[in-house]
This record gives sequence, structure tokens and C-alpha cells, in this order.
Amino acid sequence: MDNNISLDLKIWRQNDARDKGRFETYHLDAVSPDSSFLEMMDILNEQLINEDKEPIAFDHDCREGICGMCSLYINGRPHGPDDDITTCQLHMRRFKNGETITIEPWRSAGFPVIKDLIVNRSGFDQIIAAGGYTSVSTGGVPDANAIPIPKPDADEAMDAASCIGCGACVAACKNGSAMLFVSAKVSHLALLPQGKVEAARRAKAMVSKMDELGFGNCTNTGACEVECPKGISIANIARLNREYLCAKMQD
Amino acid sequence: MKLDSRIPQGPLAQKWENYKNNQKLVNPSNKRNLDIIVVGTGLAGASAAASFGEMGFKVKNFTIQDSPRRAHSIAAQGGINAAKNYPNDGDSVHRLFYDTVKGGDYRAREANVYRLAQVSNDIIDQCVAQGVPFAREYGGLLDNRSFGGAQVSRTFYAKGQTGQQLLIGAYQSLMRQVNAGTVDLYTRTEIVDIVIVDGKARGVIARNLVTGEFTRHFAHAVVLATGGYGNTFFLSTNAMGSNGSAAIKAFEKGAAFANPCFAQIHPTCIPVHGEFQSKLTLMSESLRNDGRIWVPKKKEDAEAIRANKLKPTDIKEEDRDYYLERRYPAFGNLVPRDVASRAAKERCDAGFGVGSTGLAVYLDFKSSIERLGEETIRARYGNLFQMYDKIVDDNPYETPMMIYPAIHYTMGGIWVDYELQTTVPGLFAAGEANFSDHGANRLGASALMQGLADGYFVLPYTIQNYLADDIRTPRMTGDEKEFVEAETTAKAKFEKILAVKGKRSVDSLHKELGLVMWDFVGMARNKEGLQHAIDRIAEIKKEFWTNVKIPGSTDGMNVELEKASRLTDFITIGDLMARDALQREESCGGHFREEYQTEEGEALRQDDKFAYSACWEYQGQDVAPVMHKEELTFEVVKIAQRNYK
Repeated sequence: MDNNISLDLKIWRQNDARDKGRFETYHLDAVSPDSSFLEMMDILNEQLINEDKEPIAFDHDCREGICGMCSLYINGRPHGPDDDITTCQLHMRRFKNGETITIEPWRSAGFPVIKDLIVNRSGFDQIIAAGGYTSVSTGGVPDANAIPIPKPDADEAMDAASCIGCGACVAACKNGSAMLFVSAKVSHLALLPQGKVEAARRAKAMVSKMDELGFGNCTNTGACEVECPKGISIANIARLNREYLCAKMQD
Repeated sequence: MKLDSRIPQGPLAQKWENYKNNQKLVNPSNKRNLDIIVVGTGLAGASAAASFGEMGFKVKNFTIQDSPRRAHSIAAQGGINAAKNYPNDGDSVHRLFYDTVKGGDYRAREANVYRLAQVSNDIIDQCVAQGVPFAREYGGLLDNRSFGGAQVSRTFYAKGQTGQQLLIGAYQSLMRQVNAGTVDLYTRTEIVDIVIVDGKARGVIARNLVTGEFTRHFAHAVVLATGGYGNTFFLSTNAMGSNGSAAIKAFEKGAAFANPCFAQIHPTCIPVHGEFQSKLTLMSESLRNDGRIWVPKKKEDAEAIRANKLKPTDIKEEDRDYYLERRYPAFGNLVPRDVASRAAKERCDAGFGVGSTGLAVYLDFKSSIERLGEETIRARYGNLFQMYDKIVDDNPYETPMMIYPAIHYTMGGIWVDYELQTTVPGLFAAGEANFSDHGANRLGASALMQGLADGYFVLPYTIQNYLADDIRTPRMTGDEKEFVEAETTAKAKFEKILAVKGKRSVDSLHKELGLVMWDFVGMARNKEGLQHAIDRIAEIKKEFWTNVKIPGSTDGMNVELEKASRLTDFITIGDLMARDALQREESCGGHFREEYQTEEGEALRQDDKFAYSACWEYQGQDVAPVMHKEELTFEVVKIAQRNYK
């Protein structure tokens, strides 16, 4: 195709968690603007393999913006220059011919680098394990329509529940706080009668796990909301604070 | 090989009740001493692992991803079926059962499908209790939508993210058990072999994808919930990591692999646009509720569109061919997936296709937007429209979407009996990984239903029936010779791949395999093409083992090595699919043999010869597998040619 572009890619390389890491620059020609960002990475890796070099490790899976696996910090922004999308949904038509693109892993105390652009986000799982659920076991539950839920509440819960756990909020935050992630889960469940029962306990347990894992504090900069690919609102953080305060007052 | 489906006695509607009333149970103090390995954390795996943990078993749960929540169930968009009949439109357990058997083109086992329909309602209750935010009406009750292959509205949904919400529900239940200490979670860990001791599945060999380390894990029973093998085609709607390797390990250890040729081609995916493409993106079938599918009536219009001289919006209403509405007036745009896919291919092959390649049709929302307003359409499909816009750079509110069929789901899989047990005792398979419920074609919104049915409501019963006889079996240490041998063999395979040191990347070989699959084992198959495919796949296998190039070593993270190992299994599956498609001399569901079609081009089954599940038995590397038949008998459903006209 005639409108293909050439790029210089400045990419973070790190052999493993103990390695210090460094930037390396690669040149790539003939990238179709219709290819996705990760397809561009595939092309680069194919080139590296053919040159007997080790390909770049990066996390990705569904490539349609829902699994939350992809996690690149592109030109200083989590998930790159476009809004409301994950890295896998970013397309090369957003970049200019001859441009230099800087690609880094999420950088945060809570997300140590595993290799190259891959980080360890198991902290998020630990936070959910601490209380991000309703304590019901399989079977023995009431009919699904037994408790009517006002549509606005259900819709708001859905909006909070659409978090994909990618960690862009943490990567965007200068404090490395996981408050948007935690608050989205606390909100999702607290808004529904099924989750309201243990809302206070949940808020306390999840926040305390978040602190224990070394995620930073929230100073309301709002960077997380701007970079969230799913548009999770920081209003959820206010709701979390309310639930947390209630819980603490009950203590 | 013995294929005993172990269907319980009694009339169809009472079978599951009879089973539960008579099965063996394990008492709580014994449960603590019984270990279960669950491979996979999608809907089936996470729901099974969480339920086993709640019951008191000791569970080990494995996933290749960094978190259970990444499993590809998360990408299901449209919804989940259940026979609640909340809209009072005539639905029932029997009707859901009937639609599923008919939708599967009469190639599924009646008793399994009936049970699926029976437990469907429990799933919805369970998910609501977990806090799954299903769509609701203003009165606060749950909303339903309609889906392909049904004339009732029985699909529950959470915006266009139903799979995500259901998976998060199951994931949260799973993490609750991780917190309670009943489930040990192994992330970024891949199963590289299944260990058999005295004829029973007793554990797995795992490889840590970060360190490259191999570990041995014992369990009294092993459940595979590792999804489908659609990525054999390289390009599919599956996630990049989705693979069929655990299923192939089971096959190689003696589990029958059933109906491998039954793969679903989904009609509404974003068309292929370049060689660099890594995956195909699905646009939910729910879009067919309000979108109308068409191509130009006149060939010259189609040609002009392909040459970029005309836009779809330039084509007058009377010059558009709404071919699904024309051919199938009763179901219109909501015909089942296999029918819709073939109809799109037929139009494109006849020269009416659009897009730069001519391999696309339009999905148009103009009349719905006029009827319901843009806001309503935005509320229903906003996220899907945005997804389309980001990929294609085109606004579906103004111009029709372009879509084309793509490989999406595999109905075939590991053969299981009524208890979801494979032909290897103690080895179970759940969700897309097994073959049980969808016959030759799966209806929309039924995958989520099946995954959760297996994990929440079937396996927790049936696995007890197996484990009740195992309470005296002590835990093994992993030092037994069977474990040591399995680990040695697995390690040797990785070393062998690294030792090839050829010239070609894994992806380049995988793409080559994918093209062969799509061209000859894809939407339309014939004898000659399938024989050619078997030869080509053998050549690709040879090319792999003589010319693949893997940088790095087995120590530490090596993504190319992971992919290479999975590709060897995709090659095995591709061969199985082609062989299975070759022996099945009929057209049914997703399997279309060009030699067997009606005058109108509809699939023509041969019930007298092919009303069976084809179960393949492994015979060794480079030896053709042997097929066995499980005859299908229909006691309740009346077999007929599917008619959606």
C-alpha cells in the first residue's frame, strides 16, 4: 500500500525482574495504517526473529479491548494517544510517518516488571480475593426476579462493573494508587441489593489489602479517570470513601 | 475403545433428577482429603473450581494468563439463554431443549441438552446473587432480548459485555475460595501433560511460563476447561492465547476426541483486511436484532462499490438485496449462524460482495435508527459501534457496517459421557473443551449457558459420583514413575523444538496452516479439498520439525517457545478436523460438504448414515487415528430438515 508509514520505536527491554533494563531503538518500515498497534509489534517481532534477535515480550490476548491483558505505556500515556480504548484497539493511523514512538511497561511499585513490557498485576487478584465478591455459594439462591432493582442502580452498577482490570489507572497515577480499580468494584457491588449486605466489610478489606500491597494513596488528581479505557468515573472513589468511612465509624 | 454415554434411566424430563437421587456422595470430612485439578479459568473452569472449593474439596486451578479474569469467556458479547419465560412469550425448558437440538442440526445427545435447558434457570439466579448487573426494565425486573435460531426472547444480557460480567461473577466466587484457602491458583502456568496412573487421570505436568520451570501436580480427578481450538485457523475471533493443547494432551493419553470438524463460523465479524492481521473481531449476533443484512441487487453496483466509486448509502432501497429476509422470511436476519454465514458466502461468491476484497456484506442500522431513534440504538449497541469505529475508522450510525464470517467456536471437542467424564477415568471436560451439547452448530447465547451449567450445576454432582469410590486413595507425592516419565517426555518435546534451529518463525507456519484450514476445511468443504488439506498439513508438520526457529532457551519466559508448542497441537487438530470432515459425507450445521446440498443450497443431512458422533482414538505420532461411533438416538425430538423459511 502506498500510504504505509515508517517508524522508530524506542522500546524498554528488561530480561527479568532482577535486570536493570534499558531502552533499545528499532526501525520499522512499511507499516500499514490499518494495522493495530499490537499487529505492528507482531511485525517488529517477526523482523527481530528473522534477524536472530530475541522478540519483545508484551502481554496481550483478546485483542478486542475486553480481557484487560494488554498494557503498554505509549508516548507517556497508558494505552497510547487515543481515548477510551485499550492498546490492542489502537490503530497505526493515529501515528505519522517518521515518528518515534516510546513504548514502556506500566511503571508502578504495585506492578513489578516480569520481562520487557510485561508486568505482574497479581496485586489486583489479591485485592479482589480480600473481599471483592458477594459471599454466596453455588445453589440455594432466590429467583433472579425476586428482588427488583431500579434500572438506574443496575445501569450504574454495570458502568462500574465494566472495569477490565488492566491497571492503566495505577500506571497513570503519580502515586501508583489503585483507588479507581478498588472503588469500581466496591461501587458495583454496593449499588446492588445483593452486594449491599457486606458493603462496609468489603470496602475495609479491599482498601487494607491495597495498602498492604504497596499501592499509593489517592490525591484526587483524576489522571486515572482520564486514562481508563472503559471510562470508569472517579465518582466511584467518592462512593468508596463513603463506604469506607461508614465502616470505620462502625468499628 | 468403549463409548458408554451412561445416560440415566427414565423419561427425558426425569433423567437428571433420577441421576441426582441415585448418585454417590462424598461426606465433608472426606472431601478435605480429595484433590481436584481444574485447568482453565473461563466460565466453565472458574465456576467449577469455585463450586468444588465451596463444597470442601482441595482444588488446584491453572491458567496461562496473568489472572483468571482474562479467560476468553470474557469476550462473549451478546448474552446467555435461559428458559425463564419472564417475557411470557411461550418459552419453556422443553422449547429451549428443542431449539438447541434443532439448532445443532440433530447431532447432539438429547439427554445432555435437556439437562442443560433444565439448569439454565439456576444459572441466572446464581449470577444475579453474585451481583451480575444484567439489563433491567424500568420496573426493576430483568430484561430479555431475542437471538438467532429462536422465536422467543430468552437471552439475558449485560450491555454488550455479558461474557465479561458472567466471568467476573465466577472469578469473584473463585477468588473468594482462593482467600478461603480451598483453591490454590496457578497463574501464567500451562499444562503440558496429563499423568495417568493405573488407567486413571491422577495429575498434570505444568510449565511455569515466567521461569520455564516444570512442576508435577497430583489430584484424584482432573477437569479440563480449556476452551476450543478455533485458533487452528490462525485467524479467528478467539483470543491470541486460546489453544487446544490440553485437549490434545488428553487425546494423546487416550481420551476420544469427538466431532472435530464441527466448527462454527460466525456470520458477523469485521472482514479480513491485510496479511499482517492477527485476529478477527466479532460483532455480536445481537446486532442482527436491529441490523438488516444486505448486498447490492445489481452486480454493477457491487463492482462500483468495490472500486470505491459508489458508497453503500448511494444504493437505493429497491436496489438492495436483503437476502436473509428474502430467503428465510420466518426468521429473517435471525437465522442461525451457520445459515447466515453460508448465505453471505453464497452472495459474495456470486459476485455481489462489497468492500475492497469483495468478501463482505452490509449490516445496516438505518431502518432501526429511523424507527427507534439513534439514542435507543446507542443504548443497545453503543460499545459495539465504538469498537467497530475504532477498528475500521467508519461510523456505523451513518454508514452500514461491513461484516464477513469468521471462525468463532468449536462444537467438537473431547468426548464426554453424561457425567462429563472422558474415556479416561477421572478425566473430565467442561465448557467449549467438551463436545457435548451443541451438535453441529451452536445457537447464540448458548456457550455461556453451557460453560456455567457444566461448572456450577453438573460437575459438582457428577464428580462426586466418581470421587466417592476414591476416598481410600492417598495423595501421591509426584515422585511416582508415571509423574517422572511424563515430565521427562514433556521437557524433551520443548528441547526438541528448540533444537530444530531452522529459519521460519512460528507465526509464519501457523499462518500457513490457517490458510489451508480456511481454504479447504472452512465454510465449504469437499472430498478432494479435504484430502489435499491432509497432505498439506503433513507437509506443514514436516516443515515445522525441520525448519522452525525459536530464539532463547527453555529457561525463563520464552513466548515463541510457548507458541511453538501450541502450534504442534494445532497441527494435530487440523489433521483431525480434515479427517473428520472427510468421513462425514453429509452437510449438517457448521459442516458443509459441497457434494451434499439441496437444490436451494441448504445443508443436506444423511440421517440414515451419519446420525452419530464421530469419536477419534489416538494411535501414535504420524499414525492415522481410528474413528469410533456413538450412535445418536432421538426419543423425543422428531428429526426433520431444519427449516427457517
